Amino acid sequence: MSFEITTKDLDVFYGEKQALKKVNLCVNEHQITALMGPSGCGKSTLLRSLNRMNDNIAGVRVEGQVLLGGRDVYAPEVDAVEIRQRVGMVFQQPNPLPKSIFENIAFGPKVLGMKNKTALEEIAEKSLRAAALWDEVKDELKKSALALSGGQQQRLCIARALAIQPEVILMDEPCSALDPFSTLKIEELMQVLKKRYTIVIVTHNMQQAARVSDWTGFFLMGKLIEYDETAEVFSRPKDKRTENYITGRFG
Amino acid sequence: MVESEKTWHNLPDRVSSRYLIDKLSRRAVFACAAISLLVLVAIVAFILREGLPAFIQIGVGEFLFGAEWSLKGQEFGILPLVLGSVLATFGTLIIAAPLSIACAIFLAEVSPKRVANVLRSAIEVLVGIPSVVYGLVGMAVLVPVIRKLGGSGYSLLAGIAVLSVMVLPTMTTITEDSLRAVPRGYKEAALALGATHWQAVWRVTVPAAKSGIAAAFVLGMGRAIGETMAVYMVIGNVFAFPTSPLDPARTMTTHILGQIQEAAVGSLHLRALFAVGIVLMIFILIFNSIAFALRRRVQ
Amino acid sequence: MKLSPKISQKVAWIAMWIAGVIVFLVLIGLVGFVFLRGIPTLSPGFLSKPITEGGILPAIIGTIYLVLLTLAIAVPLGLGAAIYLAEYAPKGKLTSVVRYGIETLAGVPSIVFGLFGMALFVIVLIGTQSILAGALTMACLVLPTMIRTSEEAIKAVPAAQREASLALGATKWQTITRVVFPAALPGIITAVILCVGRAIEETACLYATLGLSLLTPTSIFHGARTLSLHLYMLATEMPGDRGALVAQAMGTAVILICMVMLINFLAHHLSSRYMSRIRGTGSCEF
Repeated sequence: MSFEITTKDLDVFYGEKQALKKVNLCVNEHQITALMGPSGCGKSTLLRSLNRMNDNIAGVRVEGQVLLGGRDVYAPEVDAVEIRQRVGMVFQQPNPLPKSIFENIAFGPKVLGMKNKTALEEIAEKSLRAAALWDEVKDELKKSALALSGGQQQRLCIARALAIQPEVILMDEPCSALDPFSTLKIEELMQVLKKRYTIVIVTHNMQQAARVSDWTGFFLMGKLIEYDETAEVFSRPKDKRTENYITGRFG
Repeated sequence: MVESEKTWHNLPDRVSSRYLIDKLSRRAVFACAAISLLVLVAIVAFILREGLPAFIQIGVGEFLFGAEWSLKGQEFGILPLVLGSVLATFGTLIIAAPLSIACAIFLAEVSPKRVANVLRSAIEVLVGIPSVVYGLVGMAVLVPVIRKLGGSGYSLLAGIAVLSVMVLPTMTTITEDSLRAVPRGYKEAALALGATHWQAVWRVTVPAAKSGIAAAFVLGMGRAIGETMAVYMVIGNVFAFPTSPLDPARTMTTHILGQIQEAAVGSLHLRALFAVGIVLMIFILIFNSIAFALRRRVQ
Repeated sequence: MKLSPKISQKVAWIAMWIAGVIVFLVLIGLVGFVFLRGIPTLSPGFLSKPITEGGILPAIIGTIYLVLLTLAIAVPLGLGAAIYLAEYAPKGKLTSVVRYGIETLAGVPSIVFGLFGMALFVIVLIGTQSILAGALTMACLVLPTMIRTSEEAIKAVPAAQREASLALGATKWQTITRVVFPAALPGIITAVILCVGRAIEETACLYATLGLSLLTPTSIFHGARTLSLHLYMLATEMPGDRGALVAQAMGTAVILICMVMLINFLAHHLSSRYMSRIRGTGSCEF
């Protein structure tokens, strides 16, 4: 079974405003795909339509298809909740729930109906190890997640996403609220995680896209301007606008 | 990559009753909202259903401008009641408005922080005291004092005094909030031009907050006209036109309270009481709409 | 003659101080007077004797009955409506009309609720003045407070927490019960406490619905009186020695003021805790 994501002629509207225009994108599995572009270019909108998080915003209309492993995410019989179990998400601002570290990790499995304490503890340890946070917090799992540093909180959010065993992890500018050291840790973590998961990251930061990703898509005003292997995009951009962007002439 | 390698723990079956619960709960909370709305509609509908026929049977002019209320003669005119309510409300405004502005300025501009905090908690306690306690203290303290001025002591003045104390907290709190909402820069500009602190407050901050202050007054009036028990206990509740503040009077609310137990089911008397309720609601609706518009202007 | 700015400043400041002191004295005077006159009445017998023997036990029990029954009706209904309005309701004209309606209902005078309660609950539905009729009337009266205050509490929960939960595959209802509700709980408890406060202090809506019985109620179909209502009856309508009745009224007032102060304290304490929790500085276990 494959876990690639494909969008076909994806249009997203916020009320009257069209945020995405006929986007066709194919995300390969077990690779990191970066979406970059200036603010308001639609990259976050695209990310949020992959796991139907846009459903919660009033006045959103989606046309076209998002295929996840060959199945249309927006098909009428598909439940958004089910999609979100298969597609984990990490947000721009670390958003741990105001609960203990353990409860944050256990939240996902618990809403799925898991009650077994030992199993939950096992999941917590595995997830925290996978997010490279275990050693820092193993003695204080009962402590409030809000007491962690920003970087730790973000890794907790990653661990939390891993606990529901997603196939894909979406990251919406996960490092923009973090210091350089925490950013580095998360970037290293992404390289480890991509062996198991397909990762899509939205970033504002071109260097980050160049550093971490295998494929890069460049967005401008709701359109996917260029999409290619990262090395290709940064060394030989095919579109003039991409070139202007990566050489710093705007944005 | 092999599937089993990815699955490093087993999660429960993903299809479960939670989807059903989600749907049912959504309906349940919708039902709660619908019932709440229904209560709202029912209140209005009931008051209108019971009250409107009285307007027709008695005649709108007769009802609003009549000065007789007699069960024997089946005469139902409420002019003295409307007048009583209006006098009590405006009397309250005259006493409470200056005091609450002064108190709000005191809290926002003059007093040291600790004094302000003590006063604020005092005001908070005043808000919570049941209205019957105000009425009781009014009976025990104010009425004997007013009696010395003439009359029985149970009077319009006593009602106004009790109401003033009751609306003071609301009016002060909202006035203080609107004073604090005025951008600091306004006052500082005035101070920089050489105005004294008082001049800056009185000529700049207060005028800038005038919509909010007006809203506070109107809300206070809404409370005053709707208050029942405390007023009933001190106003004397005599159905007549008061000629001086020392005369007893009757308001719309105290009239309803005084007769609600006596009115027979299905009688014109009961319907006339509902009609008084309608007139009262119209006053409240006007006050609320003005306050709403004023507050919107503030925002 | 025009005062110089300096003098007018002085005069004005003194006037403001006087206003502040007057308001403060009114409170101290009011509460002090009630306590001074009421405390001598307080005794174990006052709290435990029937009304006919000068006690207030039936009124205490009546108050408890009324408050509990009112909460049992208004809290689930109001909370459900608040959840719907905050989480589900489409942001359209209709919703804002509903909100404005609730706002207006909050301003309707207690006595009008009394009229309504008598016409619908007493006459049409139940047939007699009773605790049930009184509680239904009171529930209508506190419903807007319950809805508005809990809706505010629910809305104050940061959207990021909802997104976190949804992104982990929780259903909307799971998100509400497991994330939103715990975070909003102190605010919701504040709403409940406000309702308790109003149920204790409002009187006019109960005068023609609760039944004014002197006896200790044993069922919700019996008449009863609350402490506030009893105070009113003592001060105005009860036959007997006026001095003794007023003394009893003062004693009842002391009890009422103490209850209200306790409620104020609880509400205040919880809401400050609630704010620190929302900001993420407070303890996270509730």
